[in-house]
Amino acid sequence: MGLWQTIAKRVGYGLLLLVAVLILNFALISIAPGDIADTIAGDMGGADASVIEEIRTRYGLDRPFYVQLWRYLSRVALFDLGYSYFYNTPVTTLILEKLPATLLLVFSAQILAVITGTLLGVLAAKKPNGAVSLTVTFLSLFGFAAPVFWTGILLIILFVSIFPIFPVAGMVDVTVEGGFFVQALDVLHHLILPMVTLASIFLALYSRLARASMLEVLGADYVRTARAKGVPERSVYYKHALRNALGPVVTVAGLQFSAVISGAVVVEAVFSWPGLGTLALQSILARDTPTIMGILFFSSLVVIVVNILTDITLRLIDPRIKAG
Amino acid sequence: MAKTTASAQTADQESPELKITHPLSEMAAMFFRNYAAVAGLVLLVFIIIFTFLGPYIHTTDPFEMVWAPFTVPGEEGFLLGTDYLGRDILAAMMVGGQVSMAIGLAAAVISVVIGVTVGAFAGYYGGVIEEALMRFTEFFQVLPTLLFSMVIVALFGASLLTVTLAIGVVSWTAVARVTRSEFLRIRELEYVAAARSGSARDGYLIFRVILPNALPPIIVQANLMVGSAILFEAALSFLGLSDPNTMSWGQVIGSNRPYILDAGFAVAIPGFAIFLTVLAISLIGDGLNDALNPKLRQR
Repeated sequence: MGLWQTIAKRVGYGLLLLVAVLILNFALISIAPGDIADTIAGDMGGADASVIEEIRTRYGLDRPFYVQLWRYLSRVALFDLGYSYFYNTPVTTLILEKLPATLLLVFSAQILAVITGTLLGVLAAKKPNGAVSLTVTFLSLFGFAAPVFWTGILLIILFVSIFPIFPVAGMVDVTVEGGFFVQALDVLHHLILPMVTLASIFLALYSRLARASMLEVLGADYVRTARAKGVPERSVYYKHALRNALGPVVTVAGLQFSAVISGAVVVEAVFSWPGLGTLALQSILARDTPTIMGILFFSSLVVIVVNILTDITLRLIDPRIKAG
Repeated sequence: MAKTTASAQTADQESPELKITHPLSEMAAMFFRNYAAVAGLVLLVFIIIFTFLGPYIHTTDPFEMVWAPFTVPGEEGFLLGTDYLGRDILAAMMVGGQVSMAIGLAAAVISVVIGVTVGAFAGYYGGVIEEALMRFTEFFQVLPTLLFSMVIVALFGASLLTVTLAIGVVSWTAVARVTRSEFLRIRELEYVAAARSGSARDGYLIFRVILPNALPPIIVQANLMVGSAILFEAALSFLGLSDPNTMSWGQVIGSNRPYILDAGFAVAIPGFAIFLTVLAISLIGDGLNDALNPKLRQR
């Protein structure tokens, strides 16, 4: 199967997954106690049964489940995720406003974790019992056990009271003026602590993985062949071995993406980063169901897109992989 | 497990005076040779004693205001200081730990039950059933777990029960994958074929023949699930999405969070408690992994 066919197949499957997410969304709202009519009635300061019934009719809540579901799906197909009564804005607009901040945080943390993790793992594989290996072991224990918000808060305490060189909240400093470049630098300056915090959970995983898969690859026949025919050790290590060892790291990095988004929700809360996680938390506290459902939908969309991209990357790294 | 018995028997034939060791005692010996795992076990036992027996010795009510807010640890007789409401943090660590660990354990049990069921049926039956179940699993992997459980808690209310269910329902996918791959491997082995030829029914084959032999990696995974469920609960209560009437480690962090710059210890201490507990659990997990995996014994 060609690359394009694979992509088409993956995209089709991704769309099916998205529909499943929407059905789940809808089912959850339907079985949860209380509906929009109750919420609206509550905001009105209470209403009697006939008024609530009227609201139900107006919003189509009296129609059968599948009719409501179909209306919901066809609206979402046009990217209409409903209206947020709390923010007085369409949900899609609201989410698209916040999405870039989250994507920036998530991608930069993921890239930082993958690159540093792979480097550490590769260095550790050179000496399986050396100092770097020991560091990787300790890091992986710490990375799994430390709650991410705790790491973030400790960093805040450290960088506020001891080394006040990084801002610890928000994404931009309103007092900073200047052109695009100055503004971008300001965002990067704000990004550093949240990015490092988020990367700290996954760094350990990738370094352990890279170490293990490097050790395995270095024992393979083709590495011995390369050495035997006199390929310089550097080239054996970084070209022959590393390229093959990257496969598992990329695979896991793709699979971890939804976990990175989960982590970002917490990190955003710690550093007041104005992204989807902060929006999700605010809309949950405000009982703004359309918004929170929209966020769940959009984050699943991001995960699905990243999964497809991971598949393509894997095929580019390793031409042997044929879609099955 | 089967391999262990087999190797013990061959050893027995070669030297008749050698005693056959029970596989379980062999595993225990293997586990206790791993110092890190033993340290983890000791640490965990200490934490359990601290949280469950501690309140009988240190009888301060964790909800009661006992002194001025933000008393520094060690001062005025408060070993771990007081929080933003002047409540004793030591007492909160004990009572909060009970909740954190109980939710962690219960949520892990839920996720293991779902994961093992899905994985076992997928691996045993194969074909369309496997395809459908694995697609189902993939679907759950696409949803960001924390957001999904936040939605569940938001829709169904923040009680201990919903929080536990929310964590369990979103985190079973890893268990399902492990179980399925073990079932795929084991169902091809001779003893399964033997049991099948004795006209054993599916239920018997799944739960009595294959599952016991698939347990080692599942146990390791389940152990890790307890750790991540504790972290999960901590994250939810840090975000303020847990039962407001109960005290847990994460909740202590969440409620003291606005004051981190005045009293960092009120946040650092419960975070450290979570860190130690999950660390102990994962050290035990590494030890179990080595002890239960016969292939690793030569390493």
